[in-house]
Amino acid sequence: MTDSPITRVARATPPGMARQVRGLSDRAIAWIFVAPTIFLLLAVNIFPLIWTIRLSFTNFKANRNRPVEWIGTRNYERILTDSDIWLSMQATAHFLFWTIFFQVLIGFTLAWLINRKFKGNDLWTTIIVLPMMLSPAVVGNFWTFLYQPQIGLFNYVISFFTGVDPSSFQMIGDVNLAPWAIVIVDTWMWTPFVMLICLAGLRSIPEYIYEAAEIDRASKWRQFWTITVPMVLPFLMLAVLFRGIENFKMFDLVVQLTGGGPGSVTEVTSINLKREAFEKWRTGYASAYAIILFVTVFGLASIYVKALNKVKER
Amino acid sequence: MRAFLNGLFRLRRGPWEMIASILIGVGIVMLMQPYVLILYTYSFAVTLTGTVMFLVVSHFPEDET
Repeated sequence: MTDSPITRVARATPPGMARQVRGLSDRAIAWIFVAPTIFLLLAVNIFPLIWTIRLSFTNFKANRNRPVEWIGTRNYERILTDSDIWLSMQATAHFLFWTIFFQVLIGFTLAWLINRKFKGNDLWTTIIVLPMMLSPAVVGNFWTFLYQPQIGLFNYVISFFTGVDPSSFQMIGDVNLAPWAIVIVDTWMWTPFVMLICLAGLRSIPEYIYEAAEIDRASKWRQFWTITVPMVLPFLMLAVLFRGIENFKMFDLVVQLTGGGPGSVTEVTSINLKREAFEKWRTGYASAYAIILFVTVFGLASIYVKALNKVKER
Repeated sequence: MRAFLNGLFRLRRGPWEMIASILIGVGIVMLMQPYVLILYTYSFAVTLTGTVMFLVVSHFPEDET
């Protein structure tokens, strides 16, 4: 008889415990294995969520030792009529839309180019994915140097192509340019991620489909729109979902680059939320703010997953 | 259109999910648009309605046809 791992485990189990386990149903054993994970999930995710919902209806301040009052939906009313928070929602929308737009456009183009067989494409793939491997804090820090009007390389590159004096503009000090400065950095950092997902999609397309299209005399343009794009679309949508959720809660990169300034033009919602919660210590108010953001991301993710499933079914 | 209304009355998943998705989408646009403050004010109510509706109707039966 072969000595399988199961037999060995059974032999190693103390007789008392073995007797106990033998008396349990399969379902009970399954629950025993799953219970620690469920407990952890409840403790780390579900309980804080319920607690935040509860706090959002109070005037609780974490730095004050005073009785907490139930104030109903007043926090929500104040947030949803606050023009500063409205501005930070717009800053987030600008950041979200343009980063996803550029990342998808450049990421897909790069993946399409890398997918062609040429010498050294593995080396190029490695070089392209390097920014993604860096810490956002490091990226934010060194881009502040690149954006320096006197010594920064970025201004000199722009000057080289446009002829504008490099010290005549400040990417992170100008209210019109700062929102674009954070878009450029995030695009630089995360386009490789979108590229990798697109590359996986492109490499999953069987070669014989293109061969069949060639036999049917379909042009390269037609092949691209009727084979490549539809087959990569689920992968692309997945990349957009990941980047959308990540960028909605973007914090570290923007804090390092602009700190939300100049003024509050780059103060995305997560920075604004952090200020309300840990600088002004309006815990109840910040909880309501967090719930609004949570519902928005949750809703967005729900419709997105539905759309993704529909595309996959096609 | 008739199939859509029929699905609505028979509490089928497809049309109800579509309504919920439209509500979520409209709510998010209302939240992030830079033009009208009143739309921003009511955006959360619309998104929340859509999201809760989505959670509920995703348990409705699929249309067999």
